[in-house]
Amino acid sequence: MTPPLLEAVGISKRFGGVQALKAVSLTIREGEIYGLIGPNGAGKTTFFNVLTGLYPRDAGEVLFAGRPLPLGNPAAVNRAGVARTFQNIRLFAHMTALENVMVGRHGRTRAGMLGAVLRTATVRAEETAIRQRAEELLHYVGIGALAGSLAKHLSYGDQRRLEIARALATDPRLLALDEPAAGMNAAETAALGGIIRNLRDDGLAVLLIEHDVKLVMELCDRVAVLDYGEKLIEDIPGAVRRHPKVIEAYLGSAA
Amino acid sequence: MSVPHLWQRLRNEAVTTSRIHRPLLLVGCTLLIALPFLVGLGFGPAWVRVLDFVLLYILLALGLNIVVGFAGLLDLGYVAFFGVGAYVYALLASPHLTSHFPAIAALFPAGLHGPLWLLLPLGALVAGVFGILLGAPTLRLRGDYLAIVTLGFGEIIRIFLNNLYQPVNITNGAQGITQIDGLRVGPLALDRGLDLFGLRFSSLHLHYYLFLALAMLVVFISLRLQDSRIGRAWVAIREDEIAAKACGINTRNVKLAAFAMGASFGGIAGGLFAGFQEFVSPESFQLIDSIMILCMVVLGGMGHVPGVILGAVLLTVLPELFRFGAGPAQQWLFGRVVVEPEALRMLLFGLTLVVVMLLRPAGLWPEPRHRRELAQ
Repeated sequence: MTPPLLEAVGISKRFGGVQALKAVSLTIREGEIYGLIGPNGAGKTTFFNVLTGLYPRDAGEVLFAGRPLPLGNPAAVNRAGVARTFQNIRLFAHMTALENVMVGRHGRTRAGMLGAVLRTATVRAEETAIRQRAEELLHYVGIGALAGSLAKHLSYGDQRRLEIARALATDPRLLALDEPAAGMNAAETAALGGIIRNLRDDGLAVLLIEHDVKLVMELCDRVAVLDYGEKLIEDIPGAVRRHPKVIEAYLGSAA
Repeated sequence: MSVPHLWQRLRNEAVTTSRIHRPLLLVGCTLLIALPFLVGLGFGPAWVRVLDFVLLYILLALGLNIVVGFAGLLDLGYVAFFGVGAYVYALLASPHLTSHFPAIAALFPAGLHGPLWLLLPLGALVAGVFGILLGAPTLRLRGDYLAIVTLGFGEIIRIFLNNLYQPVNITNGAQGITQIDGLRVGPLALDRGLDLFGLRFSSLHLHYYLFLALAMLVVFISLRLQDSRIGRAWVAIREDEIAAKACGINTRNVKLAAFAMGASFGGIAGGLFAGFQEFVSPESFQLIDSIMILCMVVLGGMGHVPGVILGAVLLTVLPELFRFGAGPAQQWLFGRVVVEPEALRMLLFGLTLVVVMLLRPAGLWPEPRHRRELAQ
């Protein structure tokens, strides 16, 4: 069995009177696609935002590759190797697709202001490398031809792809996708599934939050179900699908 | 890198960038050099003075453009950095400190006469530190909230300058600092003028060339920064700060860098201003001046260097045009002066702003991609 890449232990988060997460623990292994599903309001996105440093947590720790993840600091979480996309796409609208991905290289490059002004050989080499890597990634997600378009002019599906490319530019070991198929048609969803599989095959671990249960069941190696801020179960898709608690959470109890 | 190597590279860059534009570039440079003479002959020395101020305002507008245009941080107190730079120069190149502090007088028996090459970078540095002082507590603020805090900061600096004359007299209060050394470049005192090749370079001409050199330096720095890792991070923060953080950008450091860089341009302009006027007082650093500089950035085209330069030129020249032109124009139209030119000036100026912003909401000369945006 592959070693754990990420271990979340006892993550709790409260918003006023609502306990959004109740001591959620889960483990994501190297190179697996891990699905997180649950009914609306189950706490999926909250968990996601705590994990990626956007929300401060009330309790709990996350170990990533054996080290504590700097929760509460999104930039540091990213540099530690966890990249994310957003449920409501958050691209840099007035930058081109290529520039969006180039921004993603920020945390892995060094040039400062003096370097930018003097444009030394080192800085120019770094810029070339940033551009090349960004172009590669655009091709990887299948929008290489759109490098020069403003992000806001891309189609919805292409914007999702661009967000993935930008996240990949930060050299993550875990890519966290927040409802990447939301609003996509069947063809776009299928293409997305292909990209996610490729990522896994290239050695990346993927955390997937998704409403499209079919997509999750097809793609994921393991699935966890959240309901009312608690983890109901964590298992392979086939077992999760048949679990009575899951059926109850989604369809209501038989009684 | 060896010197010949570097030279080769500069040559290559110059060749590739100017292959198409070379004639244009040549004409442009000649025009910039000849400009004070043309303006002086055509309109008189008062307009050469306006030209000098145009260049100072270009420095200021480009500095503010880094903060507002690139990083999207609305700063309404920018003139404070101009003031800081001006007072750094004023204090270190005038008899003020030596006449009020015996200890300083003992240290500098010949008086404090800091050279330009030291005082300008020092002014930029001190203004940059003030930029960080302003930036640090406002990191979490954006938009209108940030605008209000920066407005307060600008006022604080001005009020400090106004009141720091007791118990120890540091700024001489509202009376300002007088007898400031004029700007000197090496052995050349700019305020004396110069006769060369049978041409008379007046004080205004010489200041023009110094300001032009620094304005070009600041343009160069702005363009280089814009097209760099830091420049992209600034724009990313402007576009979506949360997404920028999620991309691994340390938004605190990058924002502070914008504040410091923008402020340092203001500090340089301040030093030049103090040496040019040979007098500074808090009156020159008021809220209306901050607003004026912001107008230059917005009217020209936020984040677009040529646009911001255009904005600075227009908003410096237009009020003067109205000042000088309103009287004669009325004579010609009505046979007499109906409204005082001074009263008309700000009215016309405000009207121009409103009309421009209505017709061209992204500014007169916005970034090409934004222009594309508005066309759709």
